Amino acid sequence: MRFTKDHEWVALDGDVATIGITAYAAEQLGDVVFVETPEIGKTVKAGDGLAVVESVKAASDVYAPISGEVVEANTELGDAPETVNAVPESGGWFAKLKIADKGQYDALMDRDAYETYLGTL
Amino acid sequence: MSDEVLKTTPLAAAHVEAGARMVPFAGYSMPVQYKDGVLKEHLWTREHAGLFDVSHMGQARLRGVSPLSAFEEITPGDFIGLKPGKQRYSVLLNKKGGVIDDLMAARPDDDGLFVVVNGACKDNDFKVIDNELAGQVTIERLENRALLAIQGPEAAAVIGRHLPAALRMVFMDSRAMPGFGTNILISRSGYTGEDGYEISVPNHQAQAIWNLLLEDERVRPIGLGARDSLRLEAGLPLYGHDVDETVSPIEADLAFAVSVKRRDARDFPGASRIAKELAEGPSRKRVGLKVLEGAPAREGAEIADGSGAVVGVVTSGGFSPSLGYPIAMGFVPPALAALGTQLKVIVRGKPQAAEVVAMPFVPTRYVRKI
Repeated sequence: MRFTKDHEWVALDGDVATIGITAYAAEQLGDVVFVETPEIGKTVKAGDGLAVVESVKAASDVYAPISGEVVEANTELGDAPETVNAVPESGGWFAKLKIADKGQYDALMDRDAYETYLGTL
Repeated sequence: MSDEVLKTTPLAAAHVEAGARMVPFAGYSMPVQYKDGVLKEHLWTREHAGLFDVSHMGQARLRGVSPLSAFEEITPGDFIGLKPGKQRYSVLLNKKGGVIDDLMAARPDDDGLFVVVNGACKDNDFKVIDNELAGQVTIERLENRALLAIQGPEAAAVIGRHLPAALRMVFMDSRAMPGFGTNILISRSGYTGEDGYEISVPNHQAQAIWNLLLEDERVRPIGLGARDSLRLEAGLPLYGHDVDETVSPIEADLAFAVSVKRRDARDFPGASRIAKELAEGPSRKRVGLKVLEGAPAREGAEIADGSGAVVGVVTSGGFSPSLGYPIAMGFVPPALAALGTQLKVIVRGKPQAAEVVAMPFVPTRYVRKI
């Protein structure tokens, strides 16, 4: 699993990247009440908005950490947005992207680097 | 704002100790939420009792030969008729009938008028009052006092243990009385739609009283995040968002704040506009919206009619923890303000179905009779 400074995580299986937000991000957001996941077939570049996650108080963008085409979206979050708080780094994933450039994945932080980064916040 | 040194309330240390996340608000460092988070804090207040630090709000005494009649020169309320022991909601008006701020004004005792105004507006409000009523009233800002609000169905039972006399008050009663080992000003009111009290206490006693109230297991500290979602459900406007200097009380659906007697007298700022809007209807009206699908529509989201034409804007909105769906308030032309009107709210470019519904969204539980 790799991480961004915006607190997204990416898990890679072959050329499919699963994307979610970290436990730290979920804790900061508070109770998630709505999640907007992307349409299948949408292409995103690294840094583009991929999903929107909303707490009672505010809406927050989730950015694509990596470029690719959306091949699956976690539509179960529509009825159960609280999954993002319960299991942010597994069942609370937002979308799966078919990626072309594994180099983008390799360039992201590993868990040790992410945890060091959290220590600076 | 970020370069400004934030002021603190006397409860700042207590908030941090309770695990609050502090944010800048109205020039103060204030708790937006505690450990439970906005959703749970909101629901706790609706079921039990929530304790709020609202010490950022502006408290003042207005004194003079006849402060009540003087106050009528800048508000549309019946203050000459305000009886001792009562509080009234009102609005400070500019010459064009726009709202400078909304406020509570009370007669807890015989010492003039006790007013509480919004924290973000207070410096300007007191300047306006001072300018407009120069020679008629003197303003004493009560910066030596904190303000606590306790709200929820169990608030009265909690307060009654310490202050039995408070149980003999009804909604919008106001009293000066000894309590909590000091002299307090207390009103049975608040801004959540729940029964409860607002209690003005000396700064140096605030933390002890806060801690004492929190010893009761029915009471939890509640941040500004839940205060906002609670007032939204109660259909209460938030100054600076739902109401501003361009909005009249009639447009804002606050006609109840314009005294019937004074509508005829037209003796308040902007009276001609307000009388015209009362007679012919305003050009826009604040309405409640139930968002029927999709994401919460928040401040700034456009409102469209069935044909897709933009007809208004959301001024505050979010997810309703009590109802489990998104709600909003915003301004639309009167022709589209009738209950049941089907509209759209545009969220991130997507039109979502919404319906005009009655406010409050969640029934209020003010105790009007005992």
